[in-house]
Amino acid sequence: MSTVVDLEGVSPVAEGRAVGPPPPADVLLDVRGLKTYFHVMDGTVAAVDGVDFQLKRGETLGLVGESGCGKSVTSLTIMRLIDIPPGEIVAGEIWFDGREILSLPMAETRKIRGADMSMIFQEPMTSLNPVFTVGNQIAEAVKAHRQVSNRGAWNRAVEMLAAVGIPSPEQRAKQYPHELSGGMRQRVMIAMALSCDPKLVIADEPTTALDVTIQAQILELIKAMQQRTGAALLLITHDLAVVAETVQRMAVMYAGKIVETGTAEDVLLDPKHPYTQGLITSIPSNVPRGQRLNVIRGTVPNPFRMPVGCRFEPRCPLAFEPCRDSDPPLRTLDPGRRAACWLQYPLSERPAGRDAAASSQPVTTERVAKR
Amino acid sequence: MTLPIQSSVAAETGIPSVEPAPREGVDVEVSLESLNQWQLALRRFLRHKMALVGLTVFSAIVLIAIIGPIVAPYNPLNIPGATRMGGDPPSLQHLFGTDDAGRDVYTNVVNGAHISLAIGLFSTLIAGIVGIIVGAIAGAAGGFTDNFLMRVVDVTFAVPLLFLILVAAVFFGQGSMIALILVFGLLQWGLIARLVRAQFLSLRETDFVEAARAVGVSNLRITFRHILPNALGPVIVVMTLLMASNIVLEAFVSFLNFGIAATEATWGNALSNSQNAMGDGNWWWAFFPGMAIALTVISINFIGDGLHDALDPRARL
Repeated sequence: MSTVVDLEGVSPVAEGRAVGPPPPADVLLDVRGLKTYFHVMDGTVAAVDGVDFQLKRGETLGLVGESGCGKSVTSLTIMRLIDIPPGEIVAGEIWFDGREILSLPMAETRKIRGADMSMIFQEPMTSLNPVFTVGNQIAEAVKAHRQVSNRGAWNRAVEMLAAVGIPSPEQRAKQYPHELSGGMRQRVMIAMALSCDPKLVIADEPTTALDVTIQAQILELIKAMQQRTGAALLLITHDLAVVAETVQRMAVMYAGKIVETGTAEDVLLDPKHPYTQGLITSIPSNVPRGQRLNVIRGTVPNPFRMPVGCRFEPRCPLAFEPCRDSDPPLRTLDPGRRAACWLQYPLSERPAGRDAAASSQPVTTERVAKR
Repeated sequence: MTLPIQSSVAAETGIPSVEPAPREGVDVEVSLESLNQWQLALRRFLRHKMALVGLTVFSAIVLIAIIGPIVAPYNPLNIPGATRMGGDPPSLQHLFGTDDAGRDVYTNVVNGAHISLAIGLFSTLIAGIVGIIVGAIAGAAGGFTDNFLMRVVDVTFAVPLLFLILVAAVFFGQGSMIALILVFGLLQWGLIARLVRAQFLSLRETDFVEAARAVGVSNLRITFRHILPNALGPVIVVMTLLMASNIVLEAFVSFLNFGIAATEATWGNALSNSQNAMGDGNWWWAFFPGMAIALTVISINFIGDGLHDALDPRARL
């Protein structure tokens, strides 16, 4: 096998494959059973291992989880920016704006990328090409999707710079990235992401690389721009405070799976999954002064040796017998409120301990140990 | 939610407009003197003292190579015959002395300059152009193409220099300058190609390339607009150093009588001729052409050093 891959890889899933029915028209993004694996030297990493969520038009969703839980890989898979190989989209469907985009040829996905869905990256310092002016780079995004003159694309770039609150945008557009501060560059990235009026904006930890005072400004800007343009927002973050301030709904990810979804208010105030509960109780301000901080015991499981049952089981203070052998699927508690924990299932629906688990439980088909 | 307003831009692009963000507080305007990467590099280069010394010396050498033959006191083709066995030492008539045929060494050095410089320059240009094209294709395409091209590079490194010069002499005539330029260029493009490929492999993993992909920029555009300009810095530095080493290489193959025809005045030939005189203590035959080579190479290397510092992307003003 060659050591280098084509910039965009090949279409990972056979075209014309069978897919499920399209989601309702008001659902902009519907991710179903998505699995993205990476084949590396030491084996296979299931970075995303069965992720389901929906995002309605104009809605904001926060995807929350710690480093390495697969939230960035999820977003890169939606954008079709995963290098194949080493990556592989093993299973799943991604419905975007009425189309199943994993079946589309690469050339088609490039038309969607930047036009209908776009992305704000984590590192504004390195996400702009040092040899071109920022105006040029925004104009390039416009020209990639619209039949416009250079002048028109440039004017659009200036307009977007003004829209994201950059003073004297005509002059700023002529500047190079190194002449702008980190906050300014992130504003430029936001302007670029919104330059073609996308329906979906994915913001992958947009404030992580910025200092705290700028973080609030950028979040405020993203929220304001989302409201002014009516785009849906998928905000990826590990910061619960950011989620609480910015999004309507949230999904919590752990070890490649979504463990809980719901409105931000519901999830933060009444977490159903022990992992979410652990996250919230470990927020330092929840602990009285002078006391030890709460932590979630243990570490994230080794990606090469995922637990057979619930992935949180080894660290879970509430784990009981079925958790070790069966991985709980997401259970809908209320409309839009779901959690993947056996504690949320009525007794009759829980797998009965060790022996019964191996029998015909549908959930055990996803056992990881088989790999 | 505010409805998008219609503007002239919207009319032009067909994209709904977004109104400007409300301005808060007082804006402090900064001076907006905008310098691009190349202008910044030039500014850093001009602050590099060694590089400026190198540039001055090298410019002087180029100037002498161009106007020197016109104002040189003697005709290089004129062979007056030696007044003394082994030539005259430096004197007021002959600043660098004369050789065993009575030719003025200064005239030879000045006339040799343009051949040495031309060989250095053009062979490097060939190596550079071929290397950049091949390296870019290999780095951008990857897979089989990359593997194949890199094996071709390996082959070019395996070909013996002198053997290829002999072969080239068959096609271009013994001692042809074009033959030397082609042979040097064709043996050395692999060096540049490897460098360009390595640059491509690392640059395509950068955030700004991913960001460009995320807004739907085509592969071709990413290769030529985003990766190539960023890959050129180190390539320019290596090409500078390659030019210096090719000037030495020309002297070396001429010294071995594989180079430019012995009747031409080149630095290598001057050194080659001086072999006979070394035993007699006639140092001036070898010293002045040797100094010319050394001075040229050192000045170019200083320039290369300055370029290296100036083009280093991590360097700040």
